[in-house]
Amino acid sequence: MSDKVLIQGNWAIGEAAIRAGCRFYAGYPITPQNELTEYMAENMRRVEGGTFIQAESEIAAVNMVLGASAAGARAMTSSSSPGISLKQEGISALAADELPAVIVNMMRGGPGLGNILPSQGDYFQATRGGGHGDYRTIVLAPASAQELADLTMDAFDLADIYCNPVMILGDGMTGQMMEPVSFGKPRPRRYNEKYVLKGAGEGKSKFVRALILDALRMEEHNWKLVRKYKVIEQNEVRFETYKTGNARLVIIAYGIAARIAKGAINRLRDSGGMKVGLIRPITLWPFPAQIIRDTAERIDRFLVFEMSTGQMIEDVKLALGGRGHVSFYGRPGGVVPTPAELAKAIVQEYQR
Amino acid sequence: MAKARIVIDRELCKECHLCIQACKKSLIFATIDLNSKGYHPVVCKDNEECTGCTLCAISCPEMAIEVYRER
Amino acid sequence: MKKVFSRPKSLKSTPFHYCAGCGHSIIHRVICEVIDEMGIRGITIGVPPAGCAVVAYNYFDVDMLEAPHGRGCAVATGIKRTLPDRVVFSYQGDGDLAAIGTAETFHAANRGENITVLFINNAVYGMTGGQMAPTTLLGMTSTTTPPGRNAVLDGHPVRMSEILANLEGATYIERVAVNSAPNILRAKRAVKKAFQYQMKGGGFNMIEVLSQCPTNWKMNTVDACRWVDEVMSKTFPIGVIKDTGRGHKDAD
Repeated sequence: MSDKVLIQGNWAIGEAAIRAGCRFYAGYPITPQNELTEYMAENMRRVEGGTFIQAESEIAAVNMVLGASAAGARAMTSSSSPGISLKQEGISALAADELPAVIVNMMRGGPGLGNILPSQGDYFQATRGGGHGDYRTIVLAPASAQELADLTMDAFDLADIYCNPVMILGDGMTGQMMEPVSFGKPRPRRYNEKYVLKGAGEGKSKFVRALILDALRMEEHNWKLVRKYKVIEQNEVRFETYKTGNARLVIIAYGIAARIAKGAINRLRDSGGMKVGLIRPITLWPFPAQIIRDTAERIDRFLVFEMSTGQMIEDVKLALGGRGHVSFYGRPGGVVPTPAELAKAIVQEYQR
Repeated sequence: MAKARIVIDRELCKECHLCIQACKKSLIFATIDLNSKGYHPVVCKDNEECTGCTLCAISCPEMAIEVYRER
Repeated sequence: MKKVFSRPKSLKSTPFHYCAGCGHSIIHRVICEVIDEMGIRGITIGVPPAGCAVVAYNYFDVDMLEAPHGRGCAVATGIKRTLPDRVVFSYQGDGDLAAIGTAETFHAANRGENITVLFINNAVYGMTGGQMAPTTLLGMTSTTTPPGRNAVLDGHPVRMSEILANLEGATYIERVAVNSAPNILRAKRAVKKAFQYQMKGGGFNMIEVLSQCPTNWKMNTVDACRWVDEVMSKTFPIGVIKDTGRGHKDAD
């Protein structure tokens, strides 16, 4: 008997986190991720050693995660776009301190207060900082409730292995969807005890800090982080390709947009025989530039589809380095296009 | 035979003079000497009157003063 | 002769970078004396602020975690909830605790987080060069209130100890000074009581330390210490603000 459950995306994140050993969660109510905060409130209390705090703000929540992580807990916070903006200083601190943590962003319409509908307007924020300083956050982009569960468990592992914050970049729709999910088995924690601040005991005291007043030492710390990021870039790129084998035009989309794209691609292949494929980045950082470059060896038409005014398209163009022809279809502000609508846009591009 | 004495580390002294204020017997005084940080360190009169009350040491922000007392 | 006064063991031997006469130097030593006497060096974790004491980890020989400006109470909360049997303290200045960190301080107190907060109040922003702080006194000049703090334009000084005392989660709050030997000894007793309360699960406790800042007050140390008594403590009265005795069974 399988342990597949029909579960809402937001709940799947929570359940996966707890199974992965998350024992500290701090969050603040914000739509469309409240179900995750509430799930943690209900279930963290039942787990031995689990702590749930409804913090006074998203800022307080990420700083509590900082403390819990340094003290040795697998720690997570979650929010949606405006709340993630608030967390940026804390994420920069986590990266500078090289502390593991998982931050979940269920994106909504923006900018500003925006709306509570799904969007993909936080790509820049997630992959280009959005906090200050030279650092990167590993960014995972799930496209289903199953992936929300799987990537959440992976996020804790990646955070530990690389001593870095990891972001789950979901959206309001995947968070609300109910889909069947089988939860994976947790893997043993690979995190060096020597990093944990738990009191000096009989030995030397340790301190964890990001302030490095000497410029040369600060520089060296920055290059050290870069060396780590290069390793992540070499080892952790993930993507999915869908029907690119004989494609004449390749869509590039992530998350919920990729689900819509698959629907559009299937319609077009079934009805008109149009040969369209999809590259779906699963890690947005590190960005799967190589597969795009490789694909450009034999295919020269790309259509980037985002539920925004166009953010990932910049990384696509960087990857292609001027090769091929890149066009864009986007619906920002919380609009969720149908596969049929996207198919129409693809047809126009295909026939150009 | 002195009951107590203090030892002032002249390199730690930042001439805040709180010890001078604290000493009930006015045994500590300013000098025009200079330490390597550019401060004029205070000194204690070599004498019989120190009781080892430690008020000077308690007042010193730099812990420049150690206190010894007859047991 | 026997040595009856020396540097506490849990204070590193690095000479202080603090200005001559600074209250930080004194209260650092006092806290370390308490840590030594209670034998808790191995289980203590501190959270330094952004401010003159940002490098407190150069002095306290205990595990320390830097917090972003103002967030010490949130960071301390994360540590204490994860390691409830450690002694966790946040060490914050008046800007850190009462301006940018007001929400985190207020809510940690309101939740009754079992931490100790050392609130070092020098009525001015020290590290950044003497700007107005929430605790700057009326009429007091600062680099951002050149003619003196004006109630209409700049508001009144904030008494955080009295404000937090209104919260049920705050169980012991005392305001002390370190401008004279008797006050320093009183401060030490207060810090010890606070740590003892924490170890008995006593809820949120805070020691507000009136700290002389000769440099930014533009006085010599002796005058600055006198100013604490004659002027500052009129706005910020020294003494116990709240003591519910919760968790205090064996507290001194």
